[in-house]
Amino acid sequence: MVDVNNIVLSVRDVHVQFGNHVVLHDLDLDVYAGEILGFVGGSGTGKSVLMRAVLGLNQRQNGQVKFFGHDIDTADEETRLAIDMRMGVLFQHGALFSSLTVAENIEVPMREYLSMPKSLMRELALVKMELVGLKRSDAYKLPSELSGGMIKRAALARALALDPNIVFLDEPTSGLDPIGAAEFDGLIAKLRDTLGLTVYMVTHDLDSLFSVTDRIAVLGQKKVIAVGDLQYMLAQDDPWIQSYFKGERARTIPAFDEAQRKMKNNNSKLASQ
Amino acid sequence: MSDQEIRLPSFSETSEGDTHTIVLDGVWATHSVGKVDKKFKAIKLPTQPVRYIIDCADITMLDTAGAWMISRLKLRIQDDGNEVEVLNLSKNNEILLDAVMHAVTNDKSEVVKPAQFQLSGILAAIGKMSYSFAADFMASMNLLGAAVRGSHGKTGQGRRMSFAPIASQIDKMGVGAIPIIVLMSVIMGAIIAQQGAFQLRYFGAEIFVVDLVGILVLREIGVILTAIMIAGRSGSAITAEIGSMKMREEVDALKVIGLNPISVLILPRLVALVISLPLLTFVANMAALGGAMIVAQTYSGISPDAFMTRVREAVDMTSFFAGIIKAPFMAIIIGIIASVEGMKVEGSAESLGRRVTSSVVKSIFVVIVVDGLFAIFFAAVDF
Repeated sequence: MVDVNNIVLSVRDVHVQFGNHVVLHDLDLDVYAGEILGFVGGSGTGKSVLMRAVLGLNQRQNGQVKFFGHDIDTADEETRLAIDMRMGVLFQHGALFSSLTVAENIEVPMREYLSMPKSLMRELALVKMELVGLKRSDAYKLPSELSGGMIKRAALARALALDPNIVFLDEPTSGLDPIGAAEFDGLIAKLRDTLGLTVYMVTHDLDSLFSVTDRIAVLGQKKVIAVGDLQYMLAQDDPWIQSYFKGERARTIPAFDEAQRKMKNNNSKLASQ
Repeated sequence: MSDQEIRLPSFSETSEGDTHTIVLDGVWATHSVGKVDKKFKAIKLPTQPVRYIIDCADITMLDTAGAWMISRLKLRIQDDGNEVEVLNLSKNNEILLDAVMHAVTNDKSEVVKPAQFQLSGILAAIGKMSYSFAADFMASMNLLGAAVRGSHGKTGQGRRMSFAPIASQIDKMGVGAIPIIVLMSVIMGAIIAQQGAFQLRYFGAEIFVVDLVGILVLREIGVILTAIMIAGRSGSAITAEIGSMKMREEVDALKVIGLNPISVLILPRLVALVISLPLLTFVANMAALGGAMIVAQTYSGISPDAFMTRVREAVDMTSFFAGIIKAPFMAIIIGIIASVEGMKVEGSAESLGRRVTSSVVKSIFVVIVVDGLFAIFFAAVDF
C-alpha cells in the first residue's frame, strides 16, 4: 500500500523562527503516498509549528516544501489551487464554523471549489458524514450541539470533502475516551485503505501510534531526529525516544510487547548469523 | 492535471433481452461528477423486471463522489425490486464502493430538517420575544440585587472588595474615553450653537443662544450622548469580555474555585461605570459649552466674557444636577444589560457576536427611554 517512490510531501531545510527564538532549523521530512505517518515530539518542540509552516499558515524563513512534486513557493496560481484541493486538514479542536450546520460545514469546500448541483452536494455531504460514522440525523445540528467525538468526526468529514490525497490530522484522538479514540484510529486506517489516503498525524496517543501508523517521525532539537517504524524507534539510543517509547505508559500496551519480542527475535537471528 | 483527469464522466445504456446494461466511462470524481449528475439521476428504469448490469470497465478514476453516484443508482434499482450487478471494478474501487454502500445503508436515521417558514412562526417569535423580555428583566434585577447585596465571595478573603480591578476599569472605561467624548461634545455643542444662532437671528435675540445651549446640553445632550458613547464603547467590551470568558468556561472555573463571578467580573465594572459616567458627563458638558462658546464668537460675535456672564444668569445649579444625576442610572443600565448579555453567550462565535450587538442596541434603547422618563418626572416635580 505504501509507495516509497511516490513522495506526496517533501520538506527540505525548513527554518522557522519567531523573533530570536529558533523553533525549527534545517528540517527535512518525506511523506510517502498511502502511508500513515505519526508525528511525535515533546510539548513545545514545534510539531504544530511545522504543520502550520507546511500548510502555509506560519511563515518560514527558509526551506522548500513540495506537494506532489510541486514547490509551493514557485507554483503558479492554478497549481496551488489544485494542490489545495488535494489536501484536507483536521484541526485539533475541529475548527468547525460555528454558525453553520454539520452538513453546511462539509459543503463549504465543495461550494468553494466545485460546480455541482446543490442536491448532489447535500447527498455527498451526507455520504461523507456516514463514512466517518456520523448519522444522517446529525446533518442539521450546529457544532455547539455536538459531543467532542462527533466534532472530530464532522471535522474529518469536512477535511475529506474534496476527496483529498493527503490529510493532516492535529491530535485527532485528544479529548476522546479510549474507546472513541480506538474507533477513530480504526476509521482513519479504514479510510486510508478505501480512499488511498496519505495521512500526516500529529499525536501523543501511544495507542494510535502503535496501532495505525506505518512510520513514526520524532521531532526534537529543532529537527526530525528519527523516522521509522516502531521497532526502529525502540532501537534508538536517544534518551527522549527511549523514555517516550519505553516509559511507564508505553509498557502497558500489548503492541509494545509484540514489537519488542519481534526485535529480540531479530537480534538473536543477527547474533546467530 | 493530466489529460486523463480532465476526461469527463459519461454513460450509455443498452438493453438486450432481459438485461439492461449501463456502461460508465471516464473520471467519476468529486471535481467532475457535477457535470453528469442531472442526467444520471434522470435515467429511466424499465418497469418490467429485468436484470441490471452496471459496467465500470472504462472508469479511469473513482472516488467517494463517483462511488456515491453508483450506489445511488444501485439503491434505486434495488428499491424497484430488481437485481443489479456492478462489474469490472478494480480491486481498490470495489473496496471503496463497498465502504460507501455500507455506510449509506447502515445509517437508518432520518434527516430532520428544521421547520420551514409558517404563519404560526411569527406568532411563536412574538411569544418568545415577550418571554425573553421578561426573563431579561428578571435576570437584570437578579444581577443588580446580587451586585448590591450578596456579591462578596463565599468565605474568608472574598468579603473585602478589591480596588485594583475597579481602578483599572475606570482607567479603561473612563480615562480612555475622554478624548472621544471631548471631541464629540465640542462638535455637538458647536452644531447646536450654530443652528440656534441662525434661527434666533430672525428675532434679534442671538444672545439667547447661550440659554439654549446651556440648558439643552446640561440637562439632556451631555449625559445622553455620553451614555450612548459609553454603551457602544464599554458596554460592548463588557459583553465581549464576559462572553468569551463564559465560552471558555472561565466563569465556571471561578465558581468552582469558590469565587462569585458577579463580584469578580461584574461588580468592578459596574462600580467603575457608576464612577466614570458622571465624571465623563461633566467633561462632556464643559466641552460642549466650550464648543458653543467658539461658535458664538465666530458666527454671532458674542465674546467669551459675555458668553460666561450669560451662562451664569441663564443656567442654575438645578439644570446642572438634572443632567448629572441621571448619569449613575445610565451607568447601571449599561453595565447590567452588558453583563446579562455577556452571561447569555453560549458556545459559538456567532452567539458572541449576536450578544454584543443586542447588548449595545438594548442599552442605547433603554438609556433613551429612561432619559424620557426622567424628563417627565422632572417636569412633574418642577425640578
